[in-house]
Amino acid sequence: MAKPKVAFYWCASCGGCEEAVVDLAEDILKVVEAVDIVFWPCALDFKKTDVEAMEDGSIAVTFINGAINSDEQEEMVHLIRKKSGLIVAFGACSHLGGIPGLANLTDKESILRASYLTGPTNVNQEKTIPLAKSPSPDGELHLPELKANALALDQVIDVDYYIPGCSVPKKLILDAVTAILTGNLPPKGSVLAPTRTNCDTCERNKTKPEKLTISKFYRPYEIELDEEKCFLAQGVICMGPVTRGGCDERCIKGNMPCRGCFGPVDNVYDQGAKFISALASLFDAKTDEEVQAIVDTIQDPAGTFYRFSVAKSYLGHKVS
Amino acid sequence: METIKLKINGFEVEAFDRQPLIEVAEKLGIKIPTLCHNPIIEPYGVCRVCTVEVRHGRRVRMVTACNYPVTNGIEVFTESERVIRNRKMIIEWLLARCGNVPVLNKLAEQYGITEPRFGRGTDDCILCGLCVRVCQDVVKANVLGFFERGPKRYVSTAFDQTSDLCITCGACASVCPTGCITVEGLQEGIYKEMPMGPITPIHIDFMQAVPKKAVIDHDSCINFKTGGCKVCVDVCEAEAIDHSMQETEKEVDVGTILLSTGFKLQDGEALKEYGYGKYPNILTSLDFEVLNNANGPTGGKIFTQEGKVPKAIGIIHCVGSRDKKYHEYCSRVCCMYALKFAHLIKEKIHDCEVYNFYIDMRCFGKGYEEFYNRLLKEGVNFVRGKVAEINDAALDKSEEGKLILRAEDTMIGTVRRIPVDMVVLCLAVEAQEDAKELSHFFSCSVGRDGFFIEKHPKLAPVSTAADGIFIAGMAQGPKDIPDTVAQAGAASSAMLSLIQQKEVEAEVVTAMIDEETCSGCQICVGLCPYTAITYNKDKNKSELNEALCKGCGTCVAACPSGAAQQKNFRDSQIFAEIKGILAV
Repeated sequence: MAKPKVAFYWCASCGGCEEAVVDLAEDILKVVEAVDIVFWPCALDFKKTDVEAMEDGSIAVTFINGAINSDEQEEMVHLIRKKSGLIVAFGACSHLGGIPGLANLTDKESILRASYLTGPTNVNQEKTIPLAKSPSPDGELHLPELKANALALDQVIDVDYYIPGCSVPKKLILDAVTAILTGNLPPKGSVLAPTRTNCDTCERNKTKPEKLTISKFYRPYEIELDEEKCFLAQGVICMGPVTRGGCDERCIKGNMPCRGCFGPVDNVYDQGAKFISALASLFDAKTDEEVQAIVDTIQDPAGTFYRFSVAKSYLGHKVS
Repeated sequence: METIKLKINGFEVEAFDRQPLIEVAEKLGIKIPTLCHNPIIEPYGVCRVCTVEVRHGRRVRMVTACNYPVTNGIEVFTESERVIRNRKMIIEWLLARCGNVPVLNKLAEQYGITEPRFGRGTDDCILCGLCVRVCQDVVKANVLGFFERGPKRYVSTAFDQTSDLCITCGACASVCPTGCITVEGLQEGIYKEMPMGPITPIHIDFMQAVPKKAVIDHDSCINFKTGGCKVCVDVCEAEAIDHSMQETEKEVDVGTILLSTGFKLQDGEALKEYGYGKYPNILTSLDFEVLNNANGPTGGKIFTQEGKVPKAIGIIHCVGSRDKKYHEYCSRVCCMYALKFAHLIKEKIHDCEVYNFYIDMRCFGKGYEEFYNRLLKEGVNFVRGKVAEINDAALDKSEEGKLILRAEDTMIGTVRRIPVDMVVLCLAVEAQEDAKELSHFFSCSVGRDGFFIEKHPKLAPVSTAADGIFIAGMAQGPKDIPDTVAQAGAASSAMLSLIQQKEVEAEVVTAMIDEETCSGCQICVGLCPYTAITYNKDKNKSELNEALCKGCGTCVAACPSGAAQQKNFRDSQIFAEIKGILAV
């Protein structure tokens, strides 16, 4: 029997998810043994035409990481969707929009201006900014064009499964591959990770006081963090309560609060809004002024509560 | 106790064996004159004025009635010739020491003594010793005593010095038959504050007190200073007085509770432009109410602080109410009491000019508009406009010592400057300071203005979000007495009907916590206003008691896992509804 065909593709991502695959180390050999990798631009030399030449649905599963923020990526994922049996959104960016999704808080023009013109380290006397079409001596040159907003993968194509994380932990990759190879799969659309939030397994949850109240928020550098006490009880925003578990609390065990890269659990759509609602109910305040004073101690609320999930939130993107 | 029979002035009476004769005679209505007898002090027959004749068989004796114990078969004569003769002699002897004491002179007059045989002395004290004994035996302060002997004997404090032991109770002065003891500086001595005149340590707080029962003022009661006195205990037939009672906390199980904690008046000093606290003749409405009260310090006469009858009074409406700087709401009671004040001032001081400064006249109740119209005819001045400031800057001699009100009169379109002698500020009514704390305690809530919120403004105006907790009166919001009484009636009926039902309907639309998705983060536990959620440590889950849950949805909103959901209002249902409405 022929080995199932597997593909990897990357869109707007930092490359960390590709690293995560490579990080499987000797385990990757097991994967390679079990499957036939037919497309992996980061590691193997394939071209778009190679994919176009494949039969529709011939790839058993494609893992796509990164958000979609250019027309080239959009075109590629549509092509891959056609050629693949299963599409797995791999990592926080393709799952939720991720870090590129934070760009949705502003607009395309501002991003280009900041990146190419006004950035303090820029030297760009000709004021060149990338154009989709530009004339050249050899004819018109075409470049991928930046989309108005970064999108999560399922906002562009139909996605079968999600593997969360920034980056994706090794265990989740192996579990997912095993599940796919054995056909032991949950219903379509599932996130291949536990259904409860981080507090479920977090050791620090036991130190939570009976009535948790917060009168001031600290950023991690502002206080000496207790290594055993619940971060919220220390006044540090930890996204743990609103973030899907399964990461083995890597950050928390490193004495840093959860950033929320695994996204919300199944019953919650908007991770940031949900946590704002939860957090606000813990305020130790009686008057509007006291509430405002506590709110004022939260630095960068959008970047804190929506670090990975702007694209997949009710916020969505800036409306110009 | 054994009863015996005796005769007094020929009347046969029954009495207890060895009862003091004076008591038996008094019951019969026979008055025996006495100076040194006081029911609270053990009698010892020192003034001798109560001398009567007692016959027992053939034996005849002259005895003092105050301390003579009656026995069976005696015959008593209180006004016999011999008694009168003896008593006259005793009075003359007393006059020889204290010739100018009124009570003694009155007695002498009664017995026809015009020229006492032994002359008239100039002392005031008859040495009856009542003061000494009341101080020692009753008050137990042991301040007073007898000094020297024989004709030099006198009553004083130790070494004739002001005594530190004296608690200034005034008992000696009150028992002294001749009135030769007076207490100086009484007001500072006993009472810390006497805004409405002196009161006794045991008293009924005020005429409308509920329950209308006597209370003992710990600070001025003799018993709490010396452990003595307890005269009130002796005279109280109901045996209701117990000085050893301590403040106790009682736990009472109840099914319904009415919150009617009332209101407080806004602090007048917060409004700097009006100078309350700076100028003594600026009063709050309550200050004026006290001044105007017939039981008040002036007996209901209206005086300025300097004791003058005011010729012009300004009454300012809406002070702190309907004002974005303080309270946006209308205090509802001010218009009508301000009109009442104006009416009463006019009634008491006919030629006094009364100025009402108002934004709108809100005479909304039954008969209120008619009262307003009546005042218009009574010559009260109404100025439509808010007073901007009050100062004492006089422009000429006639204005010196007056308060100058500056206000825009929007009816005639000009700024007016009105000098008055007194100003009454109709301050806003405010929620009690601890209303919010109390609301947490009773699982109900207060609004932005601090007043308790009813369950529904029209359909459940006396209930709160918490079952069995009801509200009435100013605690719910500003309202006048008729409205308060009506609301209190409604609240008590609602409570009674709940008690009568004996069973209650539980809320159907409660929250629920999905055990599968709950991660045990405990955020919901502290939030539940009805303490319906508990944390199960073993399972690491939050658990909901549906009988206690009122379906408020606080936990649903806060649950970061989406494990807490509201029945019939789950997120998915609400989004489906929105999608349906938007047809997308």
